[in-house]
Amino acid sequence: MRAQFVVSEIGVGLRRNLTMTFAVIVSVALSLALFGGSLLMSDQVNTMKGYWYDKVNVSVFLCNKSDAESDPNCAKGAVTADQKKQVMSDLDEMAVVDKVTYESQDEAYKHYKEQFGDSPLASSLTPDQMQESYRIKLTDPEKYQVIATAFDGREGVQSVQDQKGILDNLFGLLNGMNWAARAVMALMLVVALMLIVNTVRVSAFSRRRETGIMRLVGASGFYIQAPFIMEAAVAGLIGGGVACGFLVVARYFIIDHGLALSEKLNLINFIGWDAVLTKLPLILATSLLMPALAAFFALRKYLKV
Amino acid sequence: MIRFDNVSKVYPKQSHPALRDVSLELEKGEFVFLVGSSGSGKSTFLRLILREERCTHGQVHVLGKDLARLSNWKVPQMRRQLGTVFQDFRLLPNKTVGENVAFAQEVIGKSRGEIRKSVPQVLDLVGLGGKEDRRPGELSGGEQQRVAIARAFVNRPKLLIADEPTGNLDPQTSVGIMKLLDRINRTGTTVIMATHDQNIVDQMRKRVIELEKGRLVRDQTRGVYGYQH
Repeated sequence: MRAQFVVSEIGVGLRRNLTMTFAVIVSVALSLALFGGSLLMSDQVNTMKGYWYDKVNVSVFLCNKSDAESDPNCAKGAVTADQKKQVMSDLDEMAVVDKVTYESQDEAYKHYKEQFGDSPLASSLTPDQMQESYRIKLTDPEKYQVIATAFDGREGVQSVQDQKGILDNLFGLLNGMNWAARAVMALMLVVALMLIVNTVRVSAFSRRRETGIMRLVGASGFYIQAPFIMEAAVAGLIGGGVACGFLVVARYFIIDHGLALSEKLNLINFIGWDAVLTKLPLILATSLLMPALAAFFALRKYLKV
Repeated sequence: MIRFDNVSKVYPKQSHPALRDVSLELEKGEFVFLVGSSGSGKSTFLRLILREERCTHGQVHVLGKDLARLSNWKVPQMRRQLGTVFQDFRLLPNKTVGENVAFAQEVIGKSRGEIRKSVPQVLDLVGLGGKEDRRPGELSGGEQQRVAIARAFVNRPKLLIADEPTGNLDPQTSVGIMKLLDRINRTGTTVIMATHDQNIVDQMRKRVIELEKGRLVRDQTRGVYGYQH
Protein backbone atom coordinates (compact mmCIF):
# COMPACT_ATOMS: atom_id res chain seq x y z
CA MET A 1 0.00 0.00 0.00
CA ARG A 2 1.29 3.42 -0.91
CA ALA A 3 1.22 5.44 2.28
CA GLN A 4 1.39 8.79 0.54
CA PHE A 5 -1.68 7.98 -1.53
CA VAL A 6 -3.69 6.99 1.52
CA VAL A 7 -2.61 10.03 3.53
CA SER A 8 -3.60 12.43 0.76
CA GLU A 9 -6.97 10.68 0.41
CA ILE A 10 -7.60 11.11 4.16
CA GLY A 11 -6.69 14.79 4.00
CA VAL A 12 -9.02 15.40 1.08
CA GLY A 13 -11.83 13.53 2.83
CA LEU A 14 -11.51 15.42 6.10
CA ARG A 15 -11.41 18.80 4.42
CA ARG A 16 -14.34 18.04 2.14
CA ASN A 17 -16.40 17.23 5.20
CA LEU A 18 -15.08 19.96 7.45
CA THR A 19 -18.29 20.71 9.36
CA MET A 20 -19.05 17.03 9.89
CA THR A 21 -15.48 16.36 10.97
CA PHE A 22 -15.73 19.18 13.47
CA ALA A 23 -18.99 17.78 14.85
CA VAL A 24 -17.40 14.36 15.22
CA ILE A 25 -14.39 15.83 17.03
CA VAL A 26 -16.55 17.79 19.47
CA SER A 27 -18.91 14.94 20.28
CA VAL A 28 -16.09 12.43 20.71
CA ALA A 29 -14.21 14.91 22.91
CA LEU A 30 -17.24 15.53 25.10
CA SER A 31 -18.24 11.92 25.53
CA LEU A 32 -14.70 10.80 26.32
CA ALA A 33 -14.09 13.70 28.71
CA LEU A 34 -17.21 12.60 30.60
CA PHE A 35 -16.02 9.00 30.42
CA GLY A 36 -12.66 9.98 31.92
CA GLY A 37 -14.35 12.21 34.49
CA SER A 38 -16.57 9.37 35.60
CA LEU A 39 -13.57 7.05 35.95
CA LEU A 40 -11.73 9.66 37.99
CA MET A 41 -14.74 10.22 40.22
CA SER A 42 -14.83 6.50 41.02
CA ASP A 43 -11.12 6.69 41.77
CA GLN A 44 -11.74 9.63 44.08
CA VAL A 45 -14.44 7.73 45.98
CA ASN A 46 -12.16 4.71 46.33
CA THR A 47 -9.32 6.87 47.60
CA MET A 48 -11.59 8.31 50.27
CA LYS A 49 -13.02 4.99 51.41
CA GLY A 50 -9.82 3.89 53.11
CA TYR A 51 -8.90 0.43 54.27
CA TRP A 52 -11.91 -0.56 56.40
CA TYR A 53 -14.83 1.03 54.52
CA ASP A 54 -16.08 -1.99 52.61
CA LYS A 55 -15.00 -4.53 55.21
CA VAL A 56 -16.76 -3.49 58.41
CA ASN A 57 -19.85 -1.65 59.65
CA VAL A 58 -18.85 -0.33 63.06
CA SER A 59 -15.56 0.65 64.64
CA VAL A 60 -14.94 0.86 68.39
CA PHE A 61 -11.99 3.17 68.96
CA LEU A 62 -10.00 2.72 72.17
CA CYS A 63 -8.29 5.46 74.16
CA ASN A 64 -4.57 6.02 73.69
CA LYS A 65 -2.19 8.10 75.79
CA SER A 66 -2.76 11.39 74.00
CA ASP A 67 -6.56 10.90 74.14
CA ALA A 68 -6.24 10.53 77.89
CA GLU A 69 -5.10 14.16 78.04
CA SER A 70 -7.39 15.72 75.47
CA ASP A 71 -10.60 13.69 75.21
CA PRO A 72 -13.22 13.80 78.04
CA ASN A 73 -14.33 10.26 77.10
CA CYS A 74 -10.87 9.07 78.04
CA ALA A 75 -10.48 11.04 81.26
CA LYS A 76 -9.59 7.89 83.15
CA GLY A 77 -6.51 7.24 81.02
CA ALA A 78 -5.53 4.99 78.14
CA VAL A 79 -7.23 1.66 77.68
CA THR A 80 -5.92 -1.23 79.81
CA ALA A 81 -5.44 -4.86 78.87
CA ASP A 82 -8.38 -5.91 81.11
CA GLN A 83 -10.70 -3.37 79.53
CA LYS A 84 -9.74 -4.64 76.09
CA LYS A 85 -10.39 -8.22 77.12
CA GLN A 86 -13.80 -7.23 78.48
CA VAL A 87 -14.80 -5.40 75.28
CA MET A 88 -13.68 -8.33 73.18
CA SER A 89 -15.61 -10.94 75.19
CA ASP A 90 -18.72 -8.72 75.26
CA LEU A 91 -18.56 -8.38 71.51
CA ASP A 92 -18.17 -12.11 71.09
CA GLU A 93 -21.37 -12.73 73.00
CA MET A 94 -23.52 -10.32 70.97
CA ALA A 95 -25.77 -11.95 68.40
CA VAL A 96 -25.63 -9.05 65.91
CA VAL A 97 -21.84 -9.32 65.65
CA ASP A 98 -20.70 -11.35 62.70
CA LYS A 99 -16.96 -10.87 62.94
CA VAL A 100 -14.52 -8.79 64.97
CA THR A 101 -11.06 -7.72 63.93
CA TYR A 102 -8.57 -6.07 66.23
CA GLU A 103 -6.46 -3.29 64.76
CA SER A 104 -3.29 -2.44 66.66
CA GLN A 105 -1.67 1.00 66.66
CA ASP A 106 0.96 -0.19 64.18
CA GLU A 107 -1.65 -1.57 61.82
CA ALA A 108 -3.69 1.59 62.10
CA TYR A 109 -0.57 3.58 61.24
CA LYS A 110 0.10 1.37 58.24
CA HIS A 111 -3.45 1.72 56.87
CA TYR A 112 -3.39 5.46 57.42
CA LYS A 113 -0.15 5.73 55.49
CA GLU A 114 -1.62 3.69 52.65
CA GLN A 115 -4.58 6.01 52.35
CA PHE A 116 -2.99 9.40 52.85
CA GLY A 117 0.50 8.62 51.63
CA ASP A 118 2.87 11.54 51.91
CA SER A 119 0.40 14.26 52.83
CA PRO A 120 1.81 16.72 55.40
CA LEU A 121 -0.63 15.47 58.02
CA ALA A 122 0.50 11.86 57.64
CA SER A 123 4.20 12.59 57.77
CA SER A 124 3.97 14.26 61.19
CA LEU A 125 2.18 11.26 62.65
CA THR A 126 3.74 8.45 64.71
CA PRO A 127 2.29 4.99 65.49
CA ASP A 128 1.67 5.72 69.17
CA GLN A 129 -0.61 8.60 68.24
CA MET A 130 -2.89 6.11 66.48
CA GLN A 131 -5.81 4.43 68.22
CA GLU A 132 -6.30 0.75 68.79
CA SER A 133 -9.71 -0.35 67.59
CA TYR A 134 -12.13 -3.21 67.14
CA ARG A 135 -13.53 -3.37 63.63
CA ILE A 136 -16.88 -5.08 63.63
CA LYS A 137 -18.89 -6.65 60.86
CA LEU A 138 -22.59 -6.98 61.72
CA THR A 139 -24.99 -9.65 60.64
CA ASP A 140 -27.42 -6.81 59.95
CA PRO A 141 -25.76 -3.49 59.05
CA GLU A 142 -28.79 -1.52 60.36
CA LYS A 143 -28.15 -2.66 63.95
CA TYR A 144 -25.38 -0.13 64.53
CA GLN A 145 -27.23 1.32 67.52
CA VAL A 146 -26.93 -1.93 69.49
CA ILE A 147 -23.15 -1.61 69.49
CA ALA A 148 -23.28 2.12 70.16
CA THR A 149 -25.46 1.78 73.29
CA ALA A 150 -23.39 -1.10 74.59
CA PHE A 151 -19.98 0.56 74.34
CA ASP A 152 -20.43 4.34 74.18
CA GLY A 153 -19.14 5.90 77.39
CA ARG A 154 -17.51 2.70 78.63
CA GLU A 155 -14.11 3.16 80.22
CA GLY A 156 -11.25 2.85 77.76
CA VAL A 157 -13.58 3.38 74.77
CA GLN A 158 -13.04 6.70 73.04
CA SER A 159 -15.86 6.47 70.50
CA VAL A 160 -18.07 4.15 68.49
CA GLN A 161 -18.40 5.05 64.86
CA ASP A 162 -20.85 3.93 62.25
CA GLN A 163 -18.27 3.42 59.54
CA LYS A 164 -20.53 4.21 56.62
CA GLY A 165 -22.65 6.90 58.22
CA ILE A 166 -19.95 9.53 58.00
CA LEU A 167 -19.11 9.15 54.37
CA ASP A 168 -22.31 7.75 52.90
CA ASN A 169 -23.93 11.11 52.21
CA LEU A 170 -20.87 12.39 50.40
CA PHE A 171 -20.47 9.18 48.47
CA GLY A 172 -24.15 9.28 47.61
CA LEU A 173 -23.63 12.70 46.08
CA LEU A 174 -20.51 11.63 44.22
CA ASN A 175 -22.19 8.49 42.95
CA GLY A 176 -25.17 10.50 41.81
CA MET A 177 -22.88 12.82 39.89
CA ASN A 178 -21.11 9.80 38.51
CA TRP A 179 -24.28 8.27 37.18
CA ALA A 180 -25.35 11.58 35.70
CA ALA A 181 -21.98 11.85 33.97
CA ARG A 182 -22.36 8.33 32.63
CA ALA A 183 -25.84 9.01 31.33
CA VAL A 184 -24.70 12.14 29.49
CA MET A 185 -21.67 10.22 28.27
CA ALA A 186 -23.85 7.44 26.87
CA LEU A 187 -25.99 10.01 25.11
CA MET A 188 -22.98 11.82 23.66
CA LEU A 189 -21.54 8.51 22.61
CA VAL A 190 -24.66 7.67 20.65
CA VAL A 191 -24.54 11.13 19.07
CA ALA A 192 -20.87 10.65 18.22
CA LEU A 193 -21.49 7.26 16.65
CA MET A 194 -24.43 8.52 14.63
CA LEU A 195 -22.36 11.45 13.40
CA ILE A 196 -19.55 9.14 12.41
CA VAL A 197 -21.90 6.84 10.53
CA ASN A 198 -23.41 9.81 8.74
CA THR A 199 -20.01 11.32 7.95
CA VAL A 200 -18.87 8.04 6.49
CA ARG A 201 -22.03 7.80 4.43
CA VAL A 202 -21.61 11.30 3.00
CA SER A 203 -17.94 10.62 2.42
CA ALA A 204 -18.61 7.33 0.66
CA PHE A 205 -21.30 8.95 -1.45
CA SER A 206 -19.12 11.87 -2.53
CA ARG A 207 -16.39 9.47 -3.51
CA ARG A 208 -18.51 6.80 -5.14
CA ARG A 209 -16.91 7.44 -8.52
CA GLU A 210 -13.44 6.73 -7.17
CA THR A 211 -14.51 3.71 -5.17
CA GLY A 212 -16.44 2.38 -8.16
CA ILE A 213 -13.32 2.54 -10.30
CA MET A 214 -11.21 1.06 -7.52
CA ARG A 215 -13.58 -1.86 -7.32
CA LEU A 216 -13.48 -2.47 -11.05
CA VAL A 217 -9.72 -2.44 -11.37
CA GLY A 218 -9.46 -4.87 -8.47
CA ALA A 219 -8.39 -2.81 -5.47
CA SER A 220 -8.77 -4.90 -2.33
CA GLY A 221 -11.62 -4.20 0.05
CA PHE A 222 -9.17 -3.04 2.66
CA TYR A 223 -7.56 -0.58 0.25
CA ILE A 224 -10.94 0.90 -0.63
CA GLN A 225 -12.13 1.15 2.97
CA ALA A 226 -8.89 2.25 4.62
CA PRO A 227 -9.18 5.98 3.78
CA PHE A 228 -12.71 6.17 5.22
CA ILE A 229 -11.84 4.24 8.36
CA MET A 230 -8.69 6.25 8.93
CA GLU A 231 -10.59 9.47 8.34
CA ALA A 232 -12.95 8.56 11.18
CA ALA A 233 -10.02 7.38 13.33
CA VAL A 234 -8.09 10.61 12.82
CA ALA A 235 -11.13 12.76 13.69
CA GLY A 236 -11.77 10.54 16.72
CA LEU A 237 -8.16 10.75 17.85
CA ILE A 238 -8.24 14.55 17.69
CA GLY A 239 -11.40 14.42 19.82
CA GLY A 240 -9.65 12.04 22.23
CA GLY A 241 -6.71 14.43 22.47
CA VAL A 242 -9.08 17.27 23.32
CA ALA A 243 -10.74 15.09 25.99
CA CYS A 244 -7.32 14.29 27.52
CA GLY A 245 -6.40 17.97 27.60
CA PHE A 246 -9.73 18.71 29.23
CA LEU A 247 -9.16 16.18 32.02
CA VAL A 248 -5.65 17.44 32.74
CA VAL A 249 -6.85 21.04 32.86
CA ALA A 250 -9.81 20.02 35.05
CA ARG A 251 -7.56 18.22 37.57
CA TYR A 252 -5.24 21.23 37.59
CA PHE A 253 -7.92 23.83 38.19
CA ILE A 254 -10.22 21.91 40.52
CA ILE A 255 -7.66 20.30 42.81
CA ASP A 256 -4.35 22.18 42.62
CA HIS A 257 -5.12 25.72 41.49
CA GLY A 258 -8.15 27.82 40.69
CA LEU A 259 -10.75 26.12 42.86
CA ALA A 260 -7.81 24.63 44.81
CA LEU A 261 -9.86 22.06 46.72
CA SER A 262 -6.70 20.37 47.98
CA GLU A 263 -5.99 23.48 50.08
CA LYS A 264 -9.56 24.11 51.19
CA LEU A 265 -10.39 20.51 52.07
CA ASN A 266 -7.09 19.26 53.38
CA LEU A 267 -8.64 16.36 55.30
CA ILE A 268 -9.70 14.74 52.06
CA ASN A 269 -7.19 12.72 50.18
CA PHE A 270 -7.47 13.71 46.49
CA ILE A 271 -6.53 11.63 43.50
CA GLY A 272 -3.04 12.34 42.19
CA TRP A 273 -1.71 13.03 38.72
CA ASP A 274 -0.95 9.34 38.27
CA ALA A 275 -4.69 8.58 38.43
CA VAL A 276 -5.30 11.11 35.64
CA LEU A 277 -2.34 10.10 33.51
CA THR A 278 -3.15 6.40 33.58
CA LYS A 279 -6.59 7.17 32.13
CA LEU A 280 -5.21 9.05 29.11
CA PRO A 281 -3.96 6.04 27.10
CA LEU A 282 -7.32 4.36 27.60
CA ILE A 283 -9.13 7.46 26.34
CA LEU A 284 -6.85 7.83 23.34
CA ALA A 285 -7.21 4.16 22.42
CA THR A 286 -10.99 4.42 22.71
CA SER A 287 -11.06 7.58 20.61
CA LEU A 288 -9.11 5.79 17.90
CA LEU A 289 -10.84 2.41 17.89
CA MET A 290 -14.44 3.39 18.48
CA PRO A 291 -14.81 5.67 15.42
CA ALA A 292 -12.78 3.24 13.32
CA LEU A 293 -15.14 0.42 14.23
CA ALA A 294 -18.19 2.59 13.66
CA ALA A 295 -16.83 3.54 10.24
CA PHE A 296 -16.06 -0.07 9.44
CA PHE A 297 -19.61 -1.16 10.14
CA ALA A 298 -21.08 1.88 8.39
CA LEU A 299 -19.05 1.02 5.28
CA ARG A 300 -20.50 -2.45 5.12
CA LYS A 301 -23.81 -0.77 4.55
CA TYR A 302 -22.90 2.21 2.41
CA LEU A 303 -19.88 1.03 0.43
CA LYS A 304 -20.16 -2.07 -1.67
CA VAL A 305 -16.80 -3.74 -2.07
CA MET B 1 -11.56 -18.10 -20.83
CA ILE B 2 -15.23 -17.67 -19.97
CA ARG B 3 -17.79 -20.42 -19.71
CA PHE B 4 -21.49 -20.15 -18.86
CA ASP B 5 -23.23 -23.42 -18.01
CA ASN B 6 -27.04 -23.16 -17.91
CA VAL B 7 -26.81 -19.81 -16.24
CA SER B 8 -29.97 -18.10 -14.99
CA LYS B 9 -30.22 -14.92 -13.01
CA VAL B 10 -33.32 -13.78 -11.19
CA TYR B 11 -33.07 -10.48 -9.36
CA PRO B 12 -34.78 -10.33 -6.00
CA LYS B 13 -38.39 -9.15 -6.13
CA GLN B 14 -38.62 -9.73 -9.87
CA SER B 15 -40.67 -12.48 -11.39
CA HIS B 16 -38.96 -12.62 -14.81
CA PRO B 17 -35.39 -13.79 -14.91
CA ALA B 18 -32.83 -11.43 -16.43
CA LEU B 19 -30.98 -14.40 -17.89
CA ARG B 20 -32.47 -17.83 -18.65
CA ASP B 21 -30.45 -20.95 -19.09
CA VAL B 22 -27.56 -19.39 -21.01
CA SER B 23 -24.68 -21.68 -22.00
CA LEU B 24 -21.71 -20.56 -24.03
CA GLU B 25 -17.96 -20.44 -24.12
CA LEU B 26 -15.50 -17.69 -25.04
CA GLU B 27 -12.00 -18.65 -26.08
CA LYS B 28 -8.82 -16.79 -25.31
CA GLY B 29 -8.10 -14.06 -27.85
CA GLU B 30 -11.65 -13.85 -29.21
CA PHE B 31 -13.51 -10.67 -30.11
CA VAL B 32 -17.18 -11.02 -29.29
CA PHE B 33 -20.13 -8.67 -29.80
CA LEU B 34 -23.01 -8.94 -27.41
CA VAL B 35 -26.20 -7.60 -28.98
CA GLY B 36 -29.84 -7.41 -28.00
CA SER B 37 -32.42 -4.76 -27.22
CA SER B 38 -32.45 -2.91 -23.93
CA GLY B 39 -33.47 -5.22 -21.11
CA SER B 40 -32.42 -8.33 -22.99
CA GLY B 41 -29.86 -9.22 -20.31
CA LYS B 42 -26.64 -7.83 -21.78
CA SER B 43 -25.71 -5.86 -18.68
CA THR B 44 -26.55 -8.77 -16.41
CA PHE B 45 -24.33 -10.96 -18.57
CA LEU B 46 -21.41 -8.57 -18.09
CA ARG B 47 -22.09 -8.08 -14.39
CA LEU B 48 -21.96 -11.83 -13.87
CA ILE B 49 -18.52 -11.97 -15.50
CA LEU B 50 -17.32 -9.14 -13.24
CA ARG B 51 -18.95 -10.88 -10.30
CA GLU B 52 -20.91 -7.79 -9.42
CA GLU B 53 -23.77 -10.24 -9.33
CA ARG B 54 -23.93 -13.95 -8.69
CA CYS B 55 -26.03 -16.24 -10.86
CA THR B 56 -29.10 -17.92 -9.41
CA HIS B 57 -28.65 -21.18 -11.29
CA GLY B 58 -25.86 -22.73 -13.28
CA GLN B 59 -22.17 -21.97 -13.22
CA VAL B 60 -20.04 -19.08 -14.42
CA HIS B 61 -16.35 -19.77 -15.00
CA VAL B 62 -14.03 -16.85 -15.65
CA LEU B 63 -10.31 -17.42 -16.25
CA GLY B 64 -10.71 -21.00 -15.08
CA LYS B 65 -12.38 -20.10 -11.79
CA ASP B 66 -15.88 -20.98 -10.69
CA LEU B 67 -17.19 -17.62 -9.54
CA ALA B 68 -19.76 -19.17 -7.21
CA ARG B 69 -16.92 -20.71 -5.22
CA LEU B 70 -14.67 -17.67 -5.32
CA SER B 71 -14.61 -16.14 -1.85
CA ASN B 72 -15.28 -12.42 -1.56
CA TRP B 73 -11.75 -11.46 -0.65
CA LYS B 74 -10.38 -13.15 -3.77
CA VAL B 75 -12.68 -11.21 -6.10
CA PRO B 76 -10.31 -8.19 -6.36
CA GLN B 77 -7.48 -10.47 -7.50
CA MET B 78 -9.76 -11.86 -10.19
CA ARG B 79 -10.86 -8.38 -11.31
CA ARG B 80 -7.26 -7.30 -11.77
CA GLN B 81 -7.20 -9.56 -14.80
CA LEU B 82 -10.24 -7.85 -16.30
CA GLY B 83 -10.45 -4.37 -17.84
CA THR B 84 -13.72 -2.49 -18.07
CA VAL B 85 -14.90 0.36 -20.29
CA PHE B 86 -18.28 2.07 -20.11
CA GLN B 87 -20.46 4.26 -22.27
CA ASP B 88 -20.05 7.17 -19.84
CA PHE B 89 -16.23 6.87 -19.57
CA ARG B 90 -16.22 7.17 -15.74
CA LEU B 91 -13.10 9.30 -15.54
CA LEU B 92 -12.17 11.35 -12.47
CA PRO B 93 -12.66 14.99 -13.53
CA ASN B 94 -10.21 16.49 -11.03
CA LYS B 95 -7.34 14.26 -12.07
CA THR B 96 -5.27 14.67 -15.23
CA VAL B 97 -5.27 12.08 -17.99
CA GLY B 98 -2.03 10.62 -16.68
CA GLU B 99 -3.33 10.53 -13.09
CA ASN B 100 -6.55 8.87 -14.20
CA VAL B 101 -4.59 6.06 -15.80
CA ALA B 102 -2.13 5.88 -12.91
CA PHE B 103 -5.03 5.63 -10.45
CA ALA B 104 -5.81 2.11 -11.70
CA GLN B 105 -2.28 1.09 -10.79
CA GLU B 106 -1.94 3.04 -7.55
CA VAL B 107 -4.99 1.43 -5.99
CA ILE B 108 -3.71 -2.08 -6.56
CA GLY B 109 -0.37 -1.15 -5.04
CA LYS B 110 1.91 -0.96 -8.08
CA SER B 111 5.25 0.72 -7.48
CA ARG B 112 5.83 4.29 -8.57
CA GLY B 113 8.58 3.23 -10.96
CA GLU B 114 6.27 0.79 -12.65
CA ILE B 115 3.55 3.41 -12.98
CA ARG B 116 5.94 5.98 -14.42
CA LYS B 117 6.95 3.49 -17.07
CA SER B 118 3.60 2.02 -18.05
CA VAL B 119 1.39 5.13 -18.12
CA PRO B 120 3.12 6.91 -21.07
CA GLN B 121 3.37 3.58 -22.83
CA VAL B 122 -0.33 2.86 -22.69
CA LEU B 123 -1.23 6.48 -23.55
CA ASP B 124 0.91 6.15 -26.67
CA LEU B 125 -0.91 2.94 -27.50
CA VAL B 126 -4.33 4.61 -27.39
CA GLY B 127 -3.05 7.60 -29.36
CA LEU B 128 -2.96 10.15 -26.54
CA GLY B 129 0.79 10.53 -26.25
CA GLY B 130 1.66 14.00 -24.96
CA LYS B 131 -1.78 14.68 -23.45
CA GLU B 132 -0.94 13.32 -20.02
CA ASP B 133 -1.41 16.64 -18.25
CA ARG B 134 -4.77 17.53 -19.75
CA ARG B 135 -7.93 17.07 -17.76
CA PRO B 136 -10.84 14.95 -19.01
CA GLY B 137 -13.00 18.08 -19.37
CA GLU B 138 -10.60 19.50 -21.96
CA LEU B 139 -10.85 16.41 -24.16
CA SER B 140 -13.39 15.34 -26.78
CA GLY B 141 -15.65 12.38 -26.09
CA GLY B 142 -13.56 10.10 -28.24
CA GLU B 143 -10.40 11.13 -26.47
CA GLN B 144 -12.04 10.60 -23.08
CA GLN B 145 -13.03 7.10 -24.10
CA ARG B 146 -9.43 6.49 -25.13
CA VAL B 147 -8.32 7.51 -21.66
CA ALA B 148 -10.84 5.07 -20.20
CA ILE B 149 -9.52 2.33 -22.46
CA ALA B 150 -5.96 3.18 -21.44
CA ARG B 151 -6.99 2.89 -17.80
CA ALA B 152 -8.69 -0.44 -18.42
CA PHE B 153 -5.70 -1.76 -20.32
CA VAL B 154 -2.80 -0.41 -18.24
CA ASN B 155 -2.74 -3.45 -15.96
CA ARG B 156 -2.63 -5.71 -19.05
CA PRO B 157 -5.89 -7.59 -18.43
CA LYS B 158 -6.59 -10.91 -20.07
CA LEU B 159 -10.14 -9.81 -20.83
CA LEU B 160 -11.51 -6.41 -21.78
CA ILE B 161 -15.20 -5.83 -21.14
CA ALA B 162 -16.73 -2.90 -23.03
CA ASP B 163 -20.31 -1.90 -22.27
CA GLU B 164 -21.48 0.19 -25.23
CA PRO B 165 -18.17 2.04 -25.51
CA THR B 166 -19.34 3.93 -28.61
CA GLY B 167 -22.81 4.71 -27.29
CA ASN B 168 -22.00 8.38 -26.70
CA LEU B 169 -19.82 8.91 -29.75
CA ASP B 170 -20.42 9.96 -33.34
CA PRO B 171 -19.91 7.32 -36.05
CA GLN B 172 -16.51 8.56 -37.16
CA THR B 173 -15.10 8.68 -33.64
CA SER B 174 -16.62 5.27 -33.01
CA VAL B 175 -14.64 3.81 -35.87
CA GLY B 176 -11.46 5.09 -34.21
CA ILE B 177 -12.41 3.48 -30.92
CA MET B 178 -13.18 0.19 -32.70
CA LYS B 179 -9.80 0.23 -34.39
CA LEU B 180 -8.22 0.70 -31.00
CA LEU B 181 -10.19 -2.19 -29.46
CA ASP B 182 -9.23 -4.32 -32.44
CA ARG B 183 -5.57 -3.48 -31.88
CA ILE B 184 -5.89 -4.42 -28.20
CA ASN B 185 -7.55 -7.67 -29.26
CA ARG B 186 -4.57 -8.42 -31.50
CA THR B 187 -2.23 -8.28 -28.49
CA GLY B 188 -4.00 -11.43 -27.32
CA THR B 189 -6.55 -9.79 -25.04
CA THR B 190 -10.04 -11.22 -25.26
CA VAL B 191 -12.61 -8.47 -25.91
CA ILE B 192 -16.31 -8.68 -25.19
CA MET B 193 -18.35 -5.68 -26.25
CA ALA B 194 -22.02 -5.02 -25.71
CA THR B 195 -23.38 -2.68 -28.36
CA HIS B 196 -26.38 -1.30 -30.23
CA ASP B 197 -24.25 -0.05 -33.11
CA GLN B 198 -25.36 -1.92 -36.20
CA ASN B 199 -22.73 -0.47 -38.55
CA ILE B 200 -19.86 -1.48 -36.34
CA VAL B 201 -21.04 -5.05 -35.89
CA ASP B 202 -21.71 -5.44 -39.61
CA GLN B 203 -18.32 -4.04 -40.56
CA MET B 204 -16.17 -5.97 -38.10
CA ARG B 205 -17.57 -9.40 -38.88
CA LYS B 206 -16.72 -10.92 -35.53
CA ARG B 207 -18.54 -13.47 -33.41
CA VAL B 208 -22.00 -12.18 -32.42
CA ILE B 209 -23.99 -13.33 -29.42
CA GLU B 210 -27.59 -12.18 -29.30
CA LEU B 211 -29.77 -12.16 -26.22
CA GLU B 212 -33.51 -11.73 -26.21
CA LYS B 213 -35.53 -11.56 -23.01
CA GLY B 214 -32.70 -13.27 -21.19
CA ARG B 215 -32.30 -16.15 -23.64
CA LEU B 216 -29.38 -16.81 -25.92
CA VAL B 217 -31.04 -16.73 -29.37
CA ARG B 218 -28.01 -16.55 -31.66
CA ASP B 219 -24.32 -17.37 -31.48
CA GLN B 220 -22.75 -16.76 -34.86
CA THR B 221 -19.10 -16.61 -35.90
CA ARG B 222 -18.37 -13.75 -38.30
CA GLY B 223 -21.92 -12.54 -37.69
CA VAL B 224 -23.89 -9.37 -38.41
CA TYR B 225 -26.08 -7.22 -36.19
CA GLY B 226 -28.98 -9.10 -37.61
CA TYR B 227 -32.17 -7.57 -36.35
CA GLN B 228 -34.07 -4.37 -36.82
CA HIS B 229 -35.13 -2.32 -33.87
